[in-house]
Amino acid sequence: MDIIFGNAVDWLFQPITAAYALAAIGIALHFGFTGLLNFGQAVFMAVGAYGFSISVKVLHFGFWPSVLVALIASVIMAFILGIPTLRLRSDYLAIVTIAAAEVFRFIVSTTSAQPITGGPQGLNEYSNEFWAMNPIPAGHYKFWVWDYTQDDIFARAVSWGLVIGFAILLAILVRSPWGRVIKGIREDEDAVRSLGKNVYSYKMQSLVVGGLMGTVAGIIFVLPTSVQPGNYGTTLTFFIWTILLLGGASTVLGSIVGAMIFWSLLSLTSDLLSAGVDNGVITFISQNQIGDIRFMLVGIGLMLLVIFRPQGIFGNKKELYFNA
Amino acid sequence: MNQSMSRNQRPARKWLGILALMFAFLLGGSQLAASAATPAPGGGDISTTFIISGKIVDCGVGIAGIKLHVTGPGTDAQLVTDKKGFWTIQVPTTTQYLKDKFTVSLDKTSLPKGRLLKGNAERTVVFNMVNSASTSFKFVPITCTNAGGQTKPSESENSFLLALFNGINLGLVLAMAAIGLSLIYGTTGLSNFAHGEMVSVGALSTWFFNKVLGMDLIFAALIAIAIVTVFGYGQDALIWRPLRKKRIGLTQMMIVSIGLSMVVRYFLQLLFGGDTKVLTQGATWSIAGISMPALNVICAGLSVLVLVGYTLFLTKTRIGKATRAVSDNSALAASTGIDVERIIRIVWIIAAVLTGISGVFFGLYQQASWDTGFFNLLLIFAAVTLGGLGTSAGAAVGAMIIGLLVELSTLFIPADLKIAAALVVLILVLLVKPDGVLGKKQRIG
Amino acid sequence: MPNDIAKGPATPGCEKVDPILVANNVRRQFGGNVAVDVEHVEIPRGKITALIGPNGAGKTTFFNLLTGFDQPNSGEWSFDGKNLAGVAAYKVSRMGMVRTFQLTKSLNMLTVMENMRLGAQKQPGESLLRALFKPLWRKNEDTITITASELLSRFKLDAKADDFAASLSGGQRKLLEMARALMTKPKLVMLDEPMAGVNPALTQSLLEHIKGLKAEGMTVLFVEHDMHMVRNISDWVIVMAEGKIVAEGPPNEVMKNPAVIDAYLGAHHDSDLGADKIAKGN
Repeated sequence: MDIIFGNAVDWLFQPITAAYALAAIGIALHFGFTGLLNFGQAVFMAVGAYGFSISVKVLHFGFWPSVLVALIASVIMAFILGIPTLRLRSDYLAIVTIAAAEVFRFIVSTTSAQPITGGPQGLNEYSNEFWAMNPIPAGHYKFWVWDYTQDDIFARAVSWGLVIGFAILLAILVRSPWGRVIKGIREDEDAVRSLGKNVYSYKMQSLVVGGLMGTVAGIIFVLPTSVQPGNYGTTLTFFIWTILLLGGASTVLGSIVGAMIFWSLLSLTSDLLSAGVDNGVITFISQNQIGDIRFMLVGIGLMLLVIFRPQGIFGNKKELYFNA
Repeated sequence: MNQSMSRNQRPARKWLGILALMFAFLLGGSQLAASAATPAPGGGDISTTFIISGKIVDCGVGIAGIKLHVTGPGTDAQLVTDKKGFWTIQVPTTTQYLKDKFTVSLDKTSLPKGRLLKGNAERTVVFNMVNSASTSFKFVPITCTNAGGQTKPSESENSFLLALFNGINLGLVLAMAAIGLSLIYGTTGLSNFAHGEMVSVGALSTWFFNKVLGMDLIFAALIAIAIVTVFGYGQDALIWRPLRKKRIGLTQMMIVSIGLSMVVRYFLQLLFGGDTKVLTQGATWSIAGISMPALNVICAGLSVLVLVGYTLFLTKTRIGKATRAVSDNSALAASTGIDVERIIRIVWIIAAVLTGISGVFFGLYQQASWDTGFFNLLLIFAAVTLGGLGTSAGAAVGAMIIGLLVELSTLFIPADLKIAAALVVLILVLLVKPDGVLGKKQRIG
Repeated sequence: MPNDIAKGPATPGCEKVDPILVANNVRRQFGGNVAVDVEHVEIPRGKITALIGPNGAGKTTFFNLLTGFDQPNSGEWSFDGKNLAGVAAYKVSRMGMVRTFQLTKSLNMLTVMENMRLGAQKQPGESLLRALFKPLWRKNEDTITITASELLSRFKLDAKADDFAASLSGGQRKLLEMARALMTKPKLVMLDEPMAGVNPALTQSLLEHIKGLKAEGMTVLFVEHDMHMVRNISDWVIVMAEGKIVAEGPPNEVMKNPAVIDAYLGAHHDSDLGADKIAKGN
């Protein structure tokens, strides 16, 4: 039992949880504050993962230049997605972002691109310079049921540091006059346009900034692990949306808490189901099917959330954004 | 895909029995509840299960029947690659999960004749904190003949004709699903992400009644269409109608449909497992010098009939005309005495029938699996968008364009990029003509 | 009534002594329907001009075209001598030509005060980079808050300043939208049916506010159905029917114009703008 709860608590602070939280902060800016239906946050994460790892592995750049390449690629991606769609109805952005994310995934995972992207196998071993920056003395650090290496702690510290940094950035932005304009746009862009604001430019700025958050999340996501093209499907985006809506789309902290709750609940349910199956308490499914049950639970959770508490756990109903 | 992973089949069947009453899937043999492995890379999901997978390819063609042996903590399994060369195994999690090492070894005796493996036959795989990992085996290079496609056209003209035929076929099948989506969008404004699951239900039901229960294909198809219709009508009655009454926003409804799509899709995986169900291995006909599966030719012909019938319904019958009125302007239609909710119910039924037919044909055309619909959902959306959101003619034209783009692109680019090609064209078209090929102007910025 | 507005006789499309807005051959088609087909029209500076006409006459479409919210099939128009054809809506607003909407567009998820602040132009804090550093925009924010407070008290919304706009009544939202438009410091205010849905108690104060705009030197162009209001406050009336300008003139003369009576009667017989009512007027 300790191990099951240990796992659940461990998920609260995993770098993966941080990556999802940061990607969700990006969509909070897009959707929660600007009203942009970005259904392709996976592509910004993929741009981060591939931009960084290809720069290291293929171009042999250092750590920081590689991060820069990923960020520049992210801005370019935002323009590619935004230019054709931001003048159109919001559902066009949804279809184009989701399509772009799939196109990107198809392209990086094609066997013809193997020399650069690693094809279906993806990429790994690009983080040496990152680990070399770790100031924590080598060794095992034990707490309760966990056993962390210096690298585990370093990865957690860096990723959560970034999440907090970007959350503060978002908080400052949405409380500024710039934030007032985008909040106006999310509700009625014609009203904002009639007041002399260049709505298109603001939407583009929001898309770029939120996309950059997704890109940094993508780098965090792969630094301690490997780049797997299969990870960047639409389900990634939908998970991030679930996290966002769980915490509250028009809030700053909602994404962070949403990610923590989401991952530790998933860990808890699957470990409990798994233990139940092993002990013969649960007889109607096999170990193999636990994954399916978890996805179904996420789906049911998403539906119930959007219908009965669309403002999320922390949201204010008065500031709830959902178009009519 | 492999059968060796099935565990705990009996209890699984017992529980499934209850659910199966709904779909009448109870009588399925042991293969029904078998492996729940998630599909191979490129299948589209990050997952929270732990999966090792790969694809064994020779000259661009996946090779079936290669034997693999996977060992690791809690795992000792034999696998065989499926007909596309994919292999997948789901492994249990442990307390040290994500850091465990697994070994994949390949049985060299199962290789195709005369082919040699590059390097040794063993690979070590580490999850390293993600849920999926893959590894590859490569062959000593030789000059490949007929690289690329699944079929082996002898001349380039033939490959063009074949791609053209495949494109038309895909376009026709897509058109019915796209019209279904477009009808619902036009009358209720809902962008239904669970639309793909109606296609999957159609394809899997056909497989179930035809292959498992051994029914005649035509009866199996009819029952499948009926099941999809019930599923469509049911989701409107149980979910969308109450939400419309609650005056829930369209964006909210769209996200609800994303949730519904996940629930249904993984429920289908739970029921049927993650492997592809082979539905057609029938005779081939030779037409204009190319051979193609007879069933596909018949499907194409039937699709044309269905589309013509649908057009007549829309333009000649009272209900059809009322439907068009509602999708043009539901408030105006209501003011002329049309019962909008009744029309919406009828629209859901028509949409579900069309999508069900499309699902059956998708099954016959691409084989059936739990994510057949999800895999094609983006193409369906692309067709509707390309046609200019919300008109049936637009959706049909958009579907034909998408179908042809997907298949004809294989003449110029690797086959695993064909869907990407269609989606890129979609984005480019929106750039030039944002209101779609046949659409009305929606918005000026 | 002395006619100091038009140069010559008050005919449709007549030249004005001092026009602020001049439009030529503005044409907008939706499919086969011609919604707007205005040969020539001039809006007099510093006056209150009413744009009237039966439903479907193309008034709102014409508004949308002039303010850049819709693009015409052809035509050109200029504001204060500057060409406006093809100019984006937000630039039109920055030039000093601000509009309101028939369906009020108060931003309900912002507070009344935030709505007002949004109207202010050239805010340093609206640039993405400067937004990050509050010292760079705090001073400007204070200044516009003072302007906004003054306007709010003039429109009797000061008590509501910190409430979400969603809590206002329909009439109060109209007032807020107008006050917010004034935050842009416009030269020409274009009001699309400012009276629609406003309760009678608020009507009088709205009228006073519109007159007040003129007193401050602004030009007002408004679309309205209510003839009492038109007669009460407008200096000049332009009548549209079937997309065209069919009559112009001072309010009392226009009401007697047979073309106007025709236009209204042709469109809806049971209208309370009955011919006798118009004929009796002065």
